[in-house]
Amino acid sequence: MQDFSTITDAIHSFLLSFLPGWLTTTVECVLIGVGLLLVYALLALFYIYYERKVCAAFQCRIGPNRVGPWGLLQSFADMFKILIKELIHLNHIDKFLFALAPYLVIIASMLAFAVLPWGNGLQIIDFNIGIFFLVAVSSIGVLGILLAGWSSNNKFTLIGALRSGAQMVSYELSIGLSVLTMVCLAGTMSVGGIVEEQSDLWFIFKGHIPALIAFVIYMIAGTAETNRGPFDLPEAESELTAGYHTEYSGIHFGFFYLAEYLNLFIVAGVASLLFLGGWMPLHIPGWDTFNHIMDYIPSVVWFIGKAIVLSFVIIWFKWTFPRLRIDQLLSLEWKYLLPINLFNLVLMVCIIVFGWHF
Amino acid sequence: MIALDIFGITNNGLLAITALLTGFALVALAMWIAKLISPRSFNPQKGEAYECGIPTRGKSMSQFKVGYYLFAILFLMFDVETVFLYPWAVRMRELGADGLISIAVFFGVLVLGLVYAWRKGALEWK
Repeated sequence: MQDFSTITDAIHSFLLSFLPGWLTTTVECVLIGVGLLLVYALLALFYIYYERKVCAAFQCRIGPNRVGPWGLLQSFADMFKILIKELIHLNHIDKFLFALAPYLVIIASMLAFAVLPWGNGLQIIDFNIGIFFLVAVSSIGVLGILLAGWSSNNKFTLIGALRSGAQMVSYELSIGLSVLTMVCLAGTMSVGGIVEEQSDLWFIFKGHIPALIAFVIYMIAGTAETNRGPFDLPEAESELTAGYHTEYSGIHFGFFYLAEYLNLFIVAGVASLLFLGGWMPLHIPGWDTFNHIMDYIPSVVWFIGKAIVLSFVIIWFKWTFPRLRIDQLLSLEWKYLLPINLFNLVLMVCIIVFGWHF
Repeated sequence: MIALDIFGITNNGLLAITALLTGFALVALAMWIAKLISPRSFNPQKGEAYECGIPTRGKSMSQFKVGYYLFAILFLMFDVETVFLYPWAVRMRELGADGLISIAVFFGVLVLGLVYAWRKGALEWK
């Protein structure tokens, strides 16, 4: 299996040959930053195009098809257009918090983005509490949304932000508990360790029924966490115009848009990390030839492929289900998902400790 | 063991700070470019809050429904308890029966809390 650490090691020793140690580290950090920035921006642009195409397919339309071949350059055109739009200066807002909110939203998604296992030897941050770090940083985003809604001094944004806050904190419980269920199975919180545990078989096959239940719950909670799909009532356009980012204009609004699509990717990426083996190829015990062929597909393709397939499912939710009401949303989480999740955790522990199998 | 440290940097805190600064740089750079190339105009009407065509009545940064607070408090309780479950989940196989019994008591309190909130009607949106 190919290993990206050979490439990074080559760059490392090349830089060390003419630079002192501390400068090498600095240059490498800058390289990592530029790489992250590029991948972040490109993925966001790809996702905007992807969502529009998938949505068009569900509605029997063609979707963007004028700018570039198959409309591939449409999101680049959109990005430049949003950059040349005027940033409107508002009268009675809290200027500092208003400017701070996009920073929080983007930084939260960027930190979560850097923890994902991109490929063999291509993982940036690998704390030994990696998955916990991921859950922790992705919850900073809700602060950005609350600040955006509060500082805009508008009633639509305030209601949107509060709804979003209630929704995101509620569904974070489900995310936390389903991640906890998988941590029980993995016995480690390190992202690299979790991927390594799945080298023979993915967790969704290894974990029997509890892993399947946790997967379904994670996908539902992840959709709610990104304020998408049937759970997009923070920005319900028929009642709140645009929710918490009503007052943002130009690129300021673009940051929220960018972060929303990146969060979609992160949720899909974490789902593929926890349940579908991260960058691990599909291995079936006993089928040696099959496993060998699967190893030839690069690990980056495996990870991004899984994430894109799972995000297709999330986009599918969005264009299939009608929007929920706030009381339905909260009762779904607190009366259904949370008890099921707690029961599922007990089930998983029983399977691991007593070796029960179905 | 699979090689995990990119460029041989083992200090994860440094990498986390790099990612944080990257996020900061993304917003700052894009804002800078937008300020350079976007048009600017001034009109006192333009800075007013978005409304249905009439000026906003009263303050917008005002009181809101208490139900949101209730769910925030419930979240705080459950999330903190989930955090305590994580370390046990990692060492579950080593801790064995002792750990299992102590966590069962803890877990029982957690479930009791949920049942209490449910019976009290705290989960109803009124």
